[in-house]
Amino acid sequence: MSGRIHPGINLRAGDQQPTTEGVMFGFWVFMMSDAVLFALLFAVYASLSGNIAGGPEARQVFKLVPAALETGTLLLSSFTFGLASLAMKYRQSMAWLQTMLAVTLILGLTFLGLEVHDFMDMASQGAVPQVSGFLSAFFALVPTHFLHVAFGCVWIVVMMLQLRVFGLTHTTRTRLLRLGLFWHFLDIVWVMLFSFVFLRGLL
Amino acid sequence: MEDRQAFGRELRRYVIGLVLALVLSGAAFALVAWAPLPPDGLLGAIAGLALLQVMAHFRFFLHIDLKQSHRDDLQLILFTGLIIGLMVAGSLWIIFNQNQRMM
Amino acid sequence: MGIDANVSPWLGKLSLSALPTDSVVAMGAALIAVLGALGTAGYITWKGKWNYLWAEWFTSVDHKRIGIMYVVLALVMLARAVIEALVMRLQQADAVNQSGFISAEHFGQLFSTHGSIMIFFMAMPFLTGIINYVMPLQIGARDVSFPALNSISLALTAAGAALVMISLILAPFSTGGWSGYAPFTELSFSPGVGVDYWIWAVTLGSIGSTLTGINFAVTLYKQRAPGMDLMRMPLFCWTALCTSILMIFAMPALTVATALLALDRYLGMHFFTNDGGGNMMLYANLFWLFGHPEVYIVVLPSFGVFSELFSTFSAKQLYGYTSLVVATLTIAVLSFTVWLHHFFTMGQSAHINAVFGIATMLIGIPTGVKIYDWIFTMFRGQVRFPTPLLWGLAFLVTFVIGGLTGILLAIPPVDFLVHNTTFLVAHFHNMLIPGTLFGMIAAYQFWFPKAFGFRLEERWGKVAFGCWVVGFYLAFMPLYVLGLEGMPRRSAQVFDPSFRPWLLVAAGGAVLITLGLAALVLQLAVSIRHRDRNRVPVGDPWDGRSLEWACSAPPPEYNFARIPQVDTRDAFWAMKQSGTAYVPPPRYDAIALPQSSAIGPVLGGLALAAAFGLVWHIWWMAGLGVLGSIGAVIVWTFVPRPERTLSAEQVARTEARWHAAIAEATPASRDAEHATSNRGLAQVGA
Repeated sequence: MSGRIHPGINLRAGDQQPTTEGVMFGFWVFMMSDAVLFALLFAVYASLSGNIAGGPEARQVFKLVPAALETGTLLLSSFTFGLASLAMKYRQSMAWLQTMLAVTLILGLTFLGLEVHDFMDMASQGAVPQVSGFLSAFFALVPTHFLHVAFGCVWIVVMMLQLRVFGLTHTTRTRLLRLGLFWHFLDIVWVMLFSFVFLRGLL
Repeated sequence: MEDRQAFGRELRRYVIGLVLALVLSGAAFALVAWAPLPPDGLLGAIAGLALLQVMAHFRFFLHIDLKQSHRDDLQLILFTGLIIGLMVAGSLWIIFNQNQRMM
Repeated sequence: MGIDANVSPWLGKLSLSALPTDSVVAMGAALIAVLGALGTAGYITWKGKWNYLWAEWFTSVDHKRIGIMYVVLALVMLARAVIEALVMRLQQADAVNQSGFISAEHFGQLFSTHGSIMIFFMAMPFLTGIINYVMPLQIGARDVSFPALNSISLALTAAGAALVMISLILAPFSTGGWSGYAPFTELSFSPGVGVDYWIWAVTLGSIGSTLTGINFAVTLYKQRAPGMDLMRMPLFCWTALCTSILMIFAMPALTVATALLALDRYLGMHFFTNDGGGNMMLYANLFWLFGHPEVYIVVLPSFGVFSELFSTFSAKQLYGYTSLVVATLTIAVLSFTVWLHHFFTMGQSAHINAVFGIATMLIGIPTGVKIYDWIFTMFRGQVRFPTPLLWGLAFLVTFVIGGLTGILLAIPPVDFLVHNTTFLVAHFHNMLIPGTLFGMIAAYQFWFPKAFGFRLEERWGKVAFGCWVVGFYLAFMPLYVLGLEGMPRRSAQVFDPSFRPWLLVAAGGAVLITLGLAALVLQLAVSIRHRDRNRVPVGDPWDGRSLEWACSAPPPEYNFARIPQVDTRDAFWAMKQSGTAYVPPPRYDAIALPQSSAIGPVLGGLALAAAFGLVWHIWWMAGLGVLGSIGAVIVWTFVPRPERTLSAEQVARTEARWHAAIAEATPASRDAEHATSNRGLAQVGA
């Protein structure tokens, strides 16, 4: 029985408690304030994207293939986290749940590695944030997303540990749900990022 | 067993979400790689594809559904959208206007 | 960033030269801060109360305790900021064609700390504290949705305030005003640590406020007593909800503005610099995207307080409840559409100015609706005039005057003439003081008996009221005139001798306000001394209408032994009228309460260390603070958090004490409200 499907709460009826709704709603609200933060960083980027101050412009520093690889990696990681959520909900084995979390983590770390490579590439070309308003705005937006993903990876590790220590309790379940919400949200932000920063810059 | 069916249904949603997102992103990248339209049209197409992808994410990964949604959460998302719209559109209008007047 | 020969790896930029030895006044202030801190710590040590404070207060996750601590913080910071205002008024009255007794640089710090403290470390904590205390009681809940998060928010706010206090001793603070405009606050024009103090203090406060907003919103949505639909909530809860929504959506803009400024200053980026492709106007846009909703954050809770006051002290249901709710929601949404009116003169077209000017005028309409609703509440009511209501009446008149000047300012051509003059200073103080401060002081007077179990003494309360109101008019009406005459704001010196008489009157007003603050302190001292004869254990000294009055004063830790069932607005009033108000339930159940937690104070300390390290470029300290905070949270999530259970017998005993007090008390009629015979039991149908 799938119980009440409530956005962000994908639990069986029996796994929900009176506090679950409040906890998940609170996390949604927090995600919305984070969404506003990203939206404003996008607005800053849009405002400053023309301010190249004689330095490199978007066309010269963005690359299509790395962006595509990063997109694919992150998207896949959202899918594997979905598999983890299903494992949790339908009582599949703990080993499978941990495996799916581990795969998600590896994909997340791959994403981070690809981005670090991108940043180092840009730096070697002299495209560092100190050069212009455009690059400052780029390096505010993309690394903020990077830091969020990094934090998400740390959170996955912590959850894998907590599952070993506590097993699947109501607390660890709701924490995994919140992590899932966070992880999917980051993929949504990435969609906006690659569309309006990388692709737009390469037009 | 009921459970197997429900599991199957949910798994299918995640797979559909993945495939849709891959196709939509692929299309956006392809558009830029092969540029069949002028830049303004391309930007519009990319924006449209992005919007569709976000909706796919909400529906297939986050289970946001018009018919099953709890009113509080739908209110929250719509209100956030409104505020983001006001802030971003307003800011861009102001900044671009100032830029124009400075040139 | 440049090479700085005075930077050491252990102390960063910090050295003895940070002590403000160049100014007697500054050294005096630093000394007061140090003596105050040491004195308080010494007193606590002498009384042996550290364990008690740690166990019962600093680690408490009880919304009532946290609320009280927020208000204490606010009142302490209010004292500092009022004295700063007094010093500025005295300086301006003195420095007419002469240099006065404060340097321009020091004056710059004064108006910057005055504004930053009043907004971030006085108004925000005050309203957060009041909402924290009252709102869960009013909705019939036992606590907020996230009690530990509540404690963390308090700790972060306190850390921000501590950072500002430290800047008195290890100076200087920013001279960029409370709004920190770039490019003045960029490294090239403000190379010292002052702006960094401002950035990190404000950041700590804003994180605290965002978390608070989330906490309150979820509580209001999810924890209301059964039967309390949104349209049956007290209006104070509606304003708390809209305030929370504003906090959640507006704070990110401040976070972005200050974070990007920090990136400019620390890493040499070009967001708001006047070279390298920076856009200085972008800062003002981002700041006011936050700043305008912020002023509604500080005003809406007071509107809620006044709604409660006018209704309670007219013994009448609030007039036009629905219109008040609609007005509050409208104000909340519209507050995101007017931010440009803070920078009409910044260079965008007249067309854009006009759009935002019209939006600004529109937002005056729902506020006007509220004023009429409050007046009509009193009309044909049995109005009485205890001190809290006096603040309400002063608010009604004074706030409307300020609002009218706001409508004037909403017209761009008018704004172009008076922008950055003292006319503007008069306007916003004319909104904030009656709008925010009077409401908060009234709230303090109104709910004090509930929180502490004894009434405040009325006489000194009325003296304080008189000083504040007369002082306000004397201090700020001259500023309207001066603004129209062309006096710029933030001026350490004045060069037109015709300004002097007005400035002297204003200085007199500032003195009176300071005396008003002293009167409030005296009121508290006298009330504590006479507390035994003014006790109101039954808990309803004002014949209140909402649920917070339906429990003892002070309330038990669990608020309500049995969560009430609500079927109407003014739930407690209805209970009193139908005789069900003090009927004990047939049996009591055990109650589970959250454990105290050290995570709040621990995070507060680590956050303070991180911020201090960032200000002075003490990188090891900053790193430890940040990593330590993350580590502390991770460790905390591994610590099991069992709840404490109060047994049914314990609950029964606490309730029995309350019921004994009810039985002993004689009901007090409204005329006898201030007599010592008022034990907190109101006469029904009086």
